[in-house]
Amino acid sequence: MRVNFTVNGRQQEADDVWEGESLLYVLRERMGLPGSKNACEQGECGSCTVRLDGVPVCSCLVAAGQVEGREVVTVEGLADYAKHREDSHPGGACGSVCGGTSLQEARQWQAKGTDGQTGEGGELSQIQQAFIDAGAVQCGFCTPGLLVAADELLERNASPSDADIREALSGNLCRCTGYEKILDAVRLAAARQEETV
Amino acid sequence: MAGTKTTTGAPTEVTQKHNKGGIGESTLRPDGTLKVTGEFAYSSDMWHEDMLWGQTLRSTVAHAEIVSIDTVEALKTPGVYAVLTYDDLPAEMKNYGLEIQDTPVLAHGKVRHHGEPVALVAADHPETARRAAAKIVVEYKELPVITDEASATAPDAVLVHEGRTDEYIKHVPHPNIVHNQPIIRGNAEEAAKKADFIVKGEYTFGMQDQAFLGPESGLAVPSEDGGVELYVATQWLHSDLEQIAPVLGLPEEKVRMTLSGVGGAFGGREDISMQIHACLLALRTGKPVKIVYNRFESFFGHVHRHPAKLYYEHGATKDGKLTHMKCKIVLDGGAYASASPAVVGNASSLSVGPYVIDDVDIEAIALYSNNPPCGAMRGFGAVQACFAYEAQMDKLADKVGMDRVEFRQLNAMSQGTIMPTGQPVDSPAPVAEILRRVKARPLPPERQWESSEGADVRALPGGLSNTTHGEGVVRGVGYAVGIKNVGFSEGFDDYSTAKVRMEVINGEPVATVHTAMAEVGQGGITVHAQIARTELGVQQVTIHPADTQVGSAGSTSASRQTYVTGGAVKNSCELVREKVLEIGRRKFGSYHPAWATAELVLEGGKVLTDGGEALADLAELLEGETVEVEAEWRHRPTVAFDKKTGQGNGHVQYSFAAHRAVVEVDTELGLVKVVELATAQDVGKALNPLSVVGQIQGGTTQGLGVAVMEEIIVDPKTAKVRNPSFTDYLIPTILDTPTIPVDVLELADPNAPYGLRGMGEAPTLSSTPAVLAAIRNATGLELNRTPVRPEHLTGT
Repeated sequence: MRVNFTVNGRQQEADDVWEGESLLYVLRERMGLPGSKNACEQGECGSCTVRLDGVPVCSCLVAAGQVEGREVVTVEGLADYAKHREDSHPGGACGSVCGGTSLQEARQWQAKGTDGQTGEGGELSQIQQAFIDAGAVQCGFCTPGLLVAADELLERNASPSDADIREALSGNLCRCTGYEKILDAVRLAAARQEETV
Repeated sequence: MAGTKTTTGAPTEVTQKHNKGGIGESTLRPDGTLKVTGEFAYSSDMWHEDMLWGQTLRSTVAHAEIVSIDTVEALKTPGVYAVLTYDDLPAEMKNYGLEIQDTPVLAHGKVRHHGEPVALVAADHPETARRAAAKIVVEYKELPVITDEASATAPDAVLVHEGRTDEYIKHVPHPNIVHNQPIIRGNAEEAAKKADFIVKGEYTFGMQDQAFLGPESGLAVPSEDGGVELYVATQWLHSDLEQIAPVLGLPEEKVRMTLSGVGGAFGGREDISMQIHACLLALRTGKPVKIVYNRFESFFGHVHRHPAKLYYEHGATKDGKLTHMKCKIVLDGGAYASASPAVVGNASSLSVGPYVIDDVDIEAIALYSNNPPCGAMRGFGAVQACFAYEAQMDKLADKVGMDRVEFRQLNAMSQGTIMPTGQPVDSPAPVAEILRRVKARPLPPERQWESSEGADVRALPGGLSNTTHGEGVVRGVGYAVGIKNVGFSEGFDDYSTAKVRMEVINGEPVATVHTAMAEVGQGGITVHAQIARTELGVQQVTIHPADTQVGSAGSTSASRQTYVTGGAVKNSCELVREKVLEIGRRKFGSYHPAWATAELVLEGGKVLTDGGEALADLAELLEGETVEVEAEWRHRPTVAFDKKTGQGNGHVQYSFAAHRAVVEVDTELGLVKVVELATAQDVGKALNPLSVVGQIQGGTTQGLGVAVMEEIIVDPKTAKVRNPSFTDYLIPTILDTPTIPVDVLELADPNAPYGLRGMGEAPTLSSTPAVLAAIRNATGLELNRTPVRPEHLTGT
C-alpha cells in the first residue's frame, strides 16, 4: 500500500508498504531516519517515541497505515520543532500544526560542530543541549525517545516537579544512567526555558 | 520506495575543541551532539543500498539430537537468497568461544540450550526472512535436561559436552563442571574453634540479563578480495576477529572490522552473537547482509549473569572479630563455557569480601547445564559473592550484638591486608571510610509521601496503581560494601594499543587518537581526548573510529579500559611529546639554551619550560611535520592461581564501593519502593567527574534491578526461557529508581596511570545486598534469594 504523511514538516509518501510494517520501520528503513530507536519493538522501552499529531507514541506500535494523512515529528526534527514553537508561541504550547525540518534537510544534517560545552555547535533545542550538559547521554540509545517525551512534557508543563518528570518519562527505559542525570537534564532545560521567557 | 540513503552509515570521526577539557575536568562527550540529534550511527542503523536481511532460526527445545533439517520450502520462498545450516560452514573450524572453543556457529548433531542457532536465512525484507525461517523443518529427538548441580554431577548424568579436550578438564571433579577453583589459606577448621558465634547461610542469586538497549546488530559487506567488512557493536574487536576469521576460513587481514555505535554492553557483548552469521550470509550471497535482533531474540543471543547457589559459614568472637570463613559457590554456566572459568576465579578469590579473615576454605565451581549460557556481566562473579557475604555480615553482627556498620568497619581490610590468595593489597583500601560516609549522610525524611492534603500515591510502593495510601508501609535501612578486581587477572596478557598523531591543520596543532577501544557508552573517548589535551597541550583532539587497522585495545570490560587503554594513550602521547621536542631542538635549539637543559612541557599550544617560559608555538614547530606513534601498554603482570590452594598474585588492582539503601515496603501487597540508595566509592582519581558519577549511578541501578525485579526465569523441567521480553523481564524505570547521592573519594593508586582506580563495576556489587538488607530490616524476614518478589514478602 501507499502511505502519505508528514514527517518533520515535510509531506512524504511511502510505496509498497507491507500491511504489518510499523511506523518505526518506515521511518528507519524507508525514510532514512534512523534516529528513532528499535530497542524492544513491543512498546515497553520508549526508545522509538515520536510525536503523532503532537502526541508522544511508541512508533513500533503504530501500524504504518495508521499515519495516513497525519503528522509525525522525530528526534531528527526536534530542534526545528522546538524552534518553531518558540518563534510562534514563546513559552507556550504549539498544538499539532507545527512545522519542522524538511526531510531533505533532515537527511543532509551533519554534525554542526560537536562542542556541547560552549554551545558553538549551533541548532540544538534546549532539551537536547541540557541532556548533553547534564551528562544524561551515555550509550545514548534511549536518548532520542527520552528527548521527544521530555520535550513534550516541557511543552505542556513549563516547571514540572520531580514527580511530574518521573511520571512523564516512566515509559522510557534507560539502562546506563540510573536516571539521575536525566532528571538533572529536564530540570536544567526547564530552568533555562524559564530564563528565556 | 526503496531506502533513501545510498551509503553505509559508517561511524564518523568526532572532533572536539576545548579550551579546557584536561584530566580531572567534567568534559562533555564528543559524540553528545550526534547522539541527541539522532545522527549517531548505531549498529542497527547500518544501511546499504542493496542489502539483504539475515534471520537466525533457533532451537525450540533445550537439549536434543537433531535428526534432520529440511530447508527446501524456506529456499523456495520468493525474496530468499540463502539458507544455511551446519553443512554449509566453509572451514574445518566450526566452533568459537572466549576461553574454550565449545560453541557451534550453527548447531551440529545436537542442541544444548533453548534458543541455540540452528539455521540462517538471508532475504530482501526482514519479514520475508522471518517467514522463510519459520518454514525450515527441524526434527529433534529430545534428551534429558541438566538444570542444576545435582543433575549435572549425578553418576549417570548425560554429559553436556562429550570428549572434552580443553585445559580445564584435567582438574575438574566431573566433566559437567567447566572449572573449579579452591582457595585454602590458614586452617578454617581450627580457627572455627575460636568462634563464639557461627552463622551459616544458603543463598540464591537469580539469572540477570545485561539488557543493553541497542540490540545485537551489524552489517557485513563482502569485499572484492574475497574478504568481508563487518560493522558491528562489540566490546572487543580483536577478540571477535580471532574467533570469526577461523570459522570463515579467512586470514585475519581479510576480515576488516569497524566498531559501529554501541547501545550499551555490560558484558553482554563480550561473546560473539550475530557477527559470524552475518559474514557467512554476506560471503554466500555476495551481498551486504544486515542482522538486527529483536528483543525476544536478544535474550537468546547473548550470555547472562551466572545464577548461583552460595553456601557460607562465618565465625566471630564475642568482641566481633571474624575468625574464619568457609564457602562453596556454585555458578550455573549453562550450555557453553563463555567466560565461566574467569568468573569462577573471581567468585572464589573475592568470596571473602573486603574483610580480614586469615583462615578460609573456599571453593567456586561453574557447571555445564542445559540452561542458557552465562558469562560476563558487570561485576563478574564478585556480585553473587557480595550478595551472600554481606547477608552473612548482618547476621553475624546481630549475633554478636554490634551495630552492623561498626561490625564491618572492625573487620574491614585496609592497605597491607593479605587477600585469601596470599596477595597483599598494596594501594589504599578505604573500606571503613566509605562505610562511614554512607552512614554519616542524613537519612531522607520519613513518610515523605504524607502531607496535610493526604498521601501523594506516586511516591508510595506501587505508585500510581494506587494500591496503598500508606497503611501497612514500613521503612528499613540497609548497608553493604564490596570489593571488585580491576582488569583481567590470573596471568592474562592484558595489554592495549594506541596510535597518536600530532600535526598542524588550518594553522592549529591537532592530536588524533586512534585505538580499537569499544566505546559502549562508558565515556572512554571523552577520557582519551582529555588525556591527549593534558599530555600534548592542544585544544583540538580528533577521535578516530575504532577498527582493526590498529592494534588490540583489549576488552571494554572488567573496569579496565580507562586504566589500560587510557594508559596506552598516555604512553603514546608521551612518546609523541618526546618526538615533538626533538623537532623543536632541531629547529629552534640554537635560539635558547633551555631547549637543552630544562624540563619541557607542552601546554596551551606551546612548548614551555618548567618555569613557564614559552619557547615555541606548537603550530610553528610542527609546520610541515607529522608525528605519529603506535605503542602498546601493559599494567604490571599477574599470575595464575594455584589449582589446589588458590594462592597467587592474581589481581592487578581492587576497587571498593559502599551503599546505604532506604526502602519502604507495603507489607500487605509485598511491594517495595526504594527511597534512596546512597553510595560512596574510591575511584583513585576521577579523570572525568561527571562520567564517574554517571557510571556509579548506572551501576547502582543495575544492582537495584536484580534486588527487586530482574530475573530470567528458566523452567526447571524443560530448561526453556519463560520471559524473553521487556514485558516480562523487568528493568528499573525512572519510577523504580530512587535518588542516588554519590560520594567520590580519590585516594591515588601509586601503580596506576594518574592514580586512577577502575570503577565501572564496583557500584553494581553492594547495591543489591544493601537493598536486601533494607527490606529485611523493614520486614524482619530472612530473604536469602534475589530478586525479592511480592510473594516472598507476603508469604503467599
